[in-house]
Parts: sequence; C-alpha cells; structure tokens
Amino acid sequence: METPISKDKSTHPGSFSPPAGGLGGAINSCKLCAPLGASIAFKGIRGCVPIIHGGQGCATYIRRYLISHYKEPVDIASSNFSEEATIFGGGANCHAAITNVISQYQPEVIGMATTCLSETIGDDVKQYIHTYKELAGDKKLPHFIAASTPSYQGSHIDGFHEAISATVKSIAEGGEKGKHINIFPGFVSTEDLRQLKTILADFGIEYIMLPDYSETLDNPMWETYKRIPEGGTPIELVKKCGSACASIEMGTILNTGSLSGRVKNNHLSTTAAEYLKDQFGVENHRIPMPTGVDMNDLFFETLTKLSGKPVPEKYVKERGRLIDSYADGHKYVFGKRAVVFGEEDFVVAMTIFLNEIGVDVVLAATGGESGKLNEEIRKYCPEKEGIIQAKNGYDFEMIREWCIENKADILIGNSKGYYIARKLNIPIIRCGFPIHDRIGGQRIKHVGYTGTQELFDQVVNTLISYKQDHSEVGYKYM
Amino acid sequence: MNEILKERKGQIVTKGQGNAAIACGKASLAGSVSQRACVFCGSRVVLYPIADALHLIHGPVGCAAYTWDIRGSLSSGPQLHRLSFTTDLKEREVVFGGEPKLYSALISLIDQYKPKAAFVYGTCIVGVIGDDMEAVCRRVSKEKGIDVIPIMSEGFNGTKKDGYKLACDALSKLIGTDTVTEVPEHSINILGDFNLAGELWMLAEYYRRMGVNMVACMTGDGRIDDVRKAHNAKLNVVQCSGSMIYLAKDMKEKYGIPFMKVSYFGIEDMSDALYEVARFFKSEEMMQKARELVKEEISKLLPALQPYRQKLEGKKAAIYVGGAFKAISLVKALRLLGMKTVVVGSQTGNQDDYNLLKDLCDEGTIIVDDSNPNELSEFVKQTGANLFIGGVKERPIAFKLGLGFCDHNHERKEALAGYEGMLNFAKEVHASVCSPVWKFMRKSASPSPALPEGEGERKPHP
Repeated sequence: METPISKDKSTHPGSFSPPAGGLGGAINSCKLCAPLGASIAFKGIRGCVPIIHGGQGCATYIRRYLISHYKEPVDIASSNFSEEATIFGGGANCHAAITNVISQYQPEVIGMATTCLSETIGDDVKQYIHTYKELAGDKKLPHFIAASTPSYQGSHIDGFHEAISATVKSIAEGGEKGKHINIFPGFVSTEDLRQLKTILADFGIEYIMLPDYSETLDNPMWETYKRIPEGGTPIELVKKCGSACASIEMGTILNTGSLSGRVKNNHLSTTAAEYLKDQFGVENHRIPMPTGVDMNDLFFETLTKLSGKPVPEKYVKERGRLIDSYADGHKYVFGKRAVVFGEEDFVVAMTIFLNEIGVDVVLAATGGESGKLNEEIRKYCPEKEGIIQAKNGYDFEMIREWCIENKADILIGNSKGYYIARKLNIPIIRCGFPIHDRIGGQRIKHVGYTGTQELFDQVVNTLISYKQDHSEVGYKYM
Repeated sequence: MNEILKERKGQIVTKGQGNAAIACGKASLAGSVSQRACVFCGSRVVLYPIADALHLIHGPVGCAAYTWDIRGSLSSGPQLHRLSFTTDLKEREVVFGGEPKLYSALISLIDQYKPKAAFVYGTCIVGVIGDDMEAVCRRVSKEKGIDVIPIMSEGFNGTKKDGYKLACDALSKLIGTDTVTEVPEHSINILGDFNLAGELWMLAEYYRRMGVNMVACMTGDGRIDDVRKAHNAKLNVVQCSGSMIYLAKDMKEKYGIPFMKVSYFGIEDMSDALYEVARFFKSEEMMQKARELVKEEISKLLPALQPYRQKLEGKKAAIYVGGAFKAISLVKALRLLGMKTVVVGSQTGNQDDYNLLKDLCDEGTIIVDDSNPNELSEFVKQTGANLFIGGVKERPIAFKLGLGFCDHNHERKEALAGYEGMLNFAKEVHASVCSPVWKFMRKSASPSPALPEGEGERKPHP
C-alpha cells in the first residue's frame, strides 16, 4: 500500500541505515517532543509541579504551546542548564530547581522529565533525587517521579505514557484486591475526562483515573490566584492502583511502539496497565479510545462486566439518539474522502468512527513512530484494505502533498492542518490536540455516545455547509 | 503566603523605596519558572522574518515544532519563513552523529525550495554530540552556491540575549556582500522591527513621505539581498535595542554607520523617531515634511483617541514584555490614555533601560527583571491593576485574575506601532478593560443565592 510520494520516509522500525536520499527530517512536523507529553501527564496528578531537566527554553516553549491550547496558566519549572551544567553534569541545577520549586509552590509531587540534553550527557535524575532526599534528612519532602523523556525517542505521546508509567511504577503498591478499577484514559481533552468520570460515576464504579487533568488544565474562574491549580489524581489513590480489580486502558498503540529508532532496548516502554498486570496481577482491558457506536459499545460492555450493572438508561437513550441521527445524516457523508491526522491512538479512533458512518478515510497519518498504525487500523476496519492509507512518520507537508495528488473532501485533526485546508480549499474539523487558533479546544468532546454525537453532527454539517456555500443558488432546506 | 525566592529579591525594586540598583542580565534561576526561553529562541525570533531564506533547525523535533509559524511577521513576497524545517534527530544520530542527516536535509531542501540563503540553527543536543555544523554548511554552500550560515545556538549556552547576538553575527556575515548596488543619498536601515501585523510597511511609508529611503529592514519582511547591501545606508535606526544593538555596533565599527535608538510605540516616541532621522540628515526640507506628517497624523489621531481616554482615565496597568525598551514606550503610551503603570518588567532589560523606567514611572511602581507567574500574579494583586500587557504566557494569569489583557507579543494580529497602531492599542485596551464580562468574575462563584452565610462569597475586585 505505498503511495506515489517521492518524499515518503516511512521506514521500517528499527532500521539504522542513514537516510538514502530524500530529506530524512521533517517539514511542519505532525508530532511534538516527549517532555511536552510528560508535562501534561504530570499536570494530571494532584499538587504536582513538573520540572523539565534541561535548558530553560524547553520549559518555556512547552508552556507556551500548552497555554495556547488550554488557555490556562501552565507552570512548568526548568532546571535551566548552563554550559557548566552541560559539561560537569546537571546535579546542582537539579537540586536548585527542586529547592526553589518547593519554596515557591509547596507541591505534593514533583514530576521530573528529562530532555535530549540531560539524557545525552548521562545525567542520572533518579540518583539526584536520591541524594536530595538524603541531604534533606528528616525534612518532609514531596513525592518524586522521574520520567525518561529524551526528545529524540518517539513523540510527545511516548513522553505522556512514559510519565504515567513512571508514576505508577514509583508509587503503586500491592495489597488485597479492592473493588476499584484503574482507568488510563490516554491523551484526550479535559472535557473527555469529565465525560468519562460521569460515565463511571453513573455505573457506580469506584475508579482511579490517571492522569486526571480535567480541572488542572481547565479551571473555572478563580477567586484568588492559585499557584497549583486544584484537581488531579491524589497520590494516595495512585498507591491503590496495584490493588485494583482491573484496569481499563484506552488506546491500543500507546507507547508500545516507541522502541523503534532506539539504539538499544532499554525496557522503558511498558504501559502503566501492563506493568500493573505483570507486577500485581491487575487484569487489563485495553480498548481503543471510545469514539463511535462500536467502540462505545465495547467500552460500556466492559463497564457492565466490571460493575455487574446494566448500562444506565441515560446512555441507552444517548446511544439511541446517536444511531437515529446516523440515519438522518448518513447520505451527506457516504463515500466522502477524509484525511485524518494527529496522535496514533487518536487517528485510530477517528478512523474507526468515520469508517462506521460510511466516510472513506483515505489517509490516516501520524507523526508518531510506532510503526503500528496500519496494523491497528486494519484490525478494526478490515473491509477497507486498499482504501485507507495508514502512515506513520508523516509530517504536514507530506499530508499536503498527498491531498493535492489524491483529493480529499474533509480534513479531521488538530488546528495545525488549517494551512492545508486553506490552501486547498478543503473544509477542516478541528479536534484533538493542539487547537491553537480557536478558543475551547480543551472542551471538544471526542468520547462517549455524546462525544460521538457532537463529532457526527459536525462532520455532517461541515459537509452540508461546504456544499451550501458553494452552491449557485443557496438553499433553505437540506 | 509564598515568599519571593531570596535569590530573586535583587531583581525587583519599587520606585520611591530605597535607591538600590536593580539586578539584571543574570541567568534565570533554576526552578523559578522564568518566562524566558533560551539562546536558540533568541536567534530564531530575530532571524525568523527573513522570508526568502531556509531556516533549518538541527536537532530533535521539539525546537522546530514549537517555533512553527510562531510570529505574526508578514512578508510581501515569499513565505518560506512560515514553514518549519527540522532534521528531526533520533537516537541513532545522537549516537552516531547527525552530520549526514544535516547534509542530506540541506541538499534536498535547497533543491526543493531554492532559497536565497540558509540559516542552520544548532540546538542543545548538537553542541553535546559535537556535530561539525560549520563544516557541513561550508560544504553545502560550495556545492549549492548559496550562503549556508551555521548558528551555534545551543539552548544552554547563555540566555536569550546571547541568541540575539548570534543572530546579529549571522546577519553581519551577509552584510557587505553586495558591492554593486548603489542607494539614494538619504538612506537608512531599520533594525529591530519584525513587521508584526504589517507595522514595518506603515513605518517605511512615514519615512518615504519624509523623503527617506529604506535599504534594508532587519529583519521584518526581510530579504537576503537587502541584507547584503545594508552597508550602503547612512544611518541605522534601531528599535527593540535588546536584540539589534549588537548589529548596530558591529556596523558602526565595520562601516562607520552611526545608529540611533528609537521606538515606534506611542505618539511621542513615534514622532521623535521621525524627527531624529531628519535631524541626522540635517535637512530642513525633511524636517518640515516630518513636522507636517506628524501634525497631520496627530490631528487625526487625538480626536479618535478621546472617547477611549474618557473610559480609561485613571485605570492601572501592569506591563511584562520581552524587551525593556518596549516597556518604556508602553508606559508613555498608557499615559496618553490617562492610564497609570503600576508594575513594569521585562525578560531581558539592562541597567540603563531599568534606570530609564525608574525615572519615568510614578512612585510606588514595581519594576522587575526576569519575573515569573507567581510574582506577577502577586504584583497585580498588590497594586490592583486593571490591565495587563504581555505575551502568550502572561495572558492566562491576567484572565484568571479577572483583569483586561492586551497582547503585545510576537504573534499578535493587530499593528500597535505608529499612529494607526496607537489607535489600535487604545481600541484593544478599551475592548478588554471595559468588557462587561469582568462583572461575573466579581460575583459569587455559585449561581445560587441561597448559600449559607460566608460560603461562595467573592471579595470585590480591587
């Protein structure tokens, strides 16, 4: 299934040969670096301040990028590497950063994410934390979590899952099995997290959601400025992850592919849920992000199984209305050619949903590097073999060239695709991350029957509106 | 109440309280959540608007991704600067070296986009793995016949200001390479305007009306060929002195071109920027034209500002921007609207800038260098500001505290320089400060009026 693109560089994972001709870099990349993902995940832990162990720019750029999406203060500290630290090691800077963060924020947790710089000079952050604790003696300190997130390995999604995995590995404890479950929602919007929490509460399920940035990155108005926003998963709950009766893990690619491009296998890529299964025997239900009727049915079925309760009437009706609207809108979307882009699990979820409503996803592209996108999409959309081009390692320029050569009716993905939509006069539906040119990106709903409903309405209406706007007469009925 | 970090105390002064000079020009404190970026950021923002050059970032994906189309710098022609090019280094290059990838990326990008020159930015990792960027650039330059200029902008190697200097060095390499073109007698370069929202076009038009020709702007709406002949100008007019002063000094030394510092924000500074140039050329005719221009523009502007001034009179503002020179103009511009500055700070100001600010501001104004969200929110609360002027990272702080905000950053879409800019500034400040939405921030956090006593009450906004 190769596309006729000269610049195609989706190489085999694990191949170390230098790029044979072609660019081998990226133009308008469709991915970000690992410390960004780790920072988001750390923001989902209560009382946590992330520290990026590297140059000052990493933290500032990442803050700026996140603030532009969430429209919230996003404080991320930096250990602010100097030339000296680069040569002699960043231990002193790491300690100074911890001390200053503690005195300014009094955090419950400090989440440390490394960078390309600190990883390459061989800084051992875990050791630094250990010495810091030793030097502090009896002084009460925050919990520390250290995630290894060099930007030359994988993308922001690998950093996101690595941080969650590191959190669970350093905090979770075993014990007698409880009634509660773990839910690892993956990288979804703050509105999605709220939606998932409502669903779990309606089932009466006790749960631990990690990460939970539904409030920390989407605060209501404040009466006074809060140095650390409220919300997030309390560390005491993370401790109980090991005694949960089950885990639900959303997303099927996660960071499982991030070994590609690595020189040696350093066993960093276990997901949190897999670790809990291996370590504490917590059974894991790995399902795609629940978008679309099929995937939500799978999710609700899992919840029924785990809770022993039937699906609440509310959701039966939501589902009913969604399917009813599928009937109302199906004709306007059938056979339309969609291009989907973003993080791998997001692309998989959108592709499954669009496929379910009769849209042909002609290109499913990601900057992610797992090498698993095609395999996953085939698994869920086997009948579309030969129609869906699923591409790892794509950048926006490759997507643009593809759109020129292959024609698309609609683009679905983050706001960075807007320039393509504008140039080629193709409508775009903004969803996923980041949404930098609109307000409310953090409130876009993608999961659940209602999330699907909103997406479906938008897909249908966007296509109708495109036709209406380009019609010679205009019309008042569909 | 959390205290201000003790190492930071010297970087904060209050006018009228003690005579200590402010500490500045220091590296940011680890863990203080500085609003500054890094060396790479400094050189990248300065060179960014050169629209017909290839800007390739040699490093892992992040540095390029976070700077893609980040500035509102408009180009009247090519748009190459708005694409984001990276060598996207992976672990294998970190181990085995990134030179082959850099070489092949440069060759294929130059073939594809045919730029007039290429800038290659080295990021942290490149400094550590020791790629010989200069050698690769030399080789590609020879093979492709264009200038390929390496910029060793490893993020850890200093502050954002050091990045400015590297950008100036890169420009300096190009200046003087066009020895053929001649320019009219009254020719200037504009340094330190980045043509955000088309501001340069407005300024160039003012100068044109005075009979002044612009050879090159560095770097707004920039072109490599203009930079090459910049040594022909008689005068460098420098705005945003923080970033471009190195180049101005360098050109003075090499080509004997004098420079003057100006600002285009606010009526006074804008008008001075025109008068000073006329004075430099010692042309009465030019001065006359400048006076007419200023008179014409101001007679249009002042009545237009009046309604905004009426609404804004007496309101208080906090300013936190990248360069201190801009902050100085903003204090004056706010005064024109009847507003008082109560907090003013910058990421990269120097001692002279801060002294100027201290002279200019009223008693009790807090002046701060390299601040952070905690301090800024504290200052705003202490002083009861109604407006915050800053960049992307300051915006949510203002909104969370329920005060108006004016975007004075690199990505803004409204021109704020010049006379038209002053009116836009007034409109934007007015639109934010006088919006009815703030009243909800001052109301109870809960919509229910039947709360038990004390709960859900919100203190009135200062």
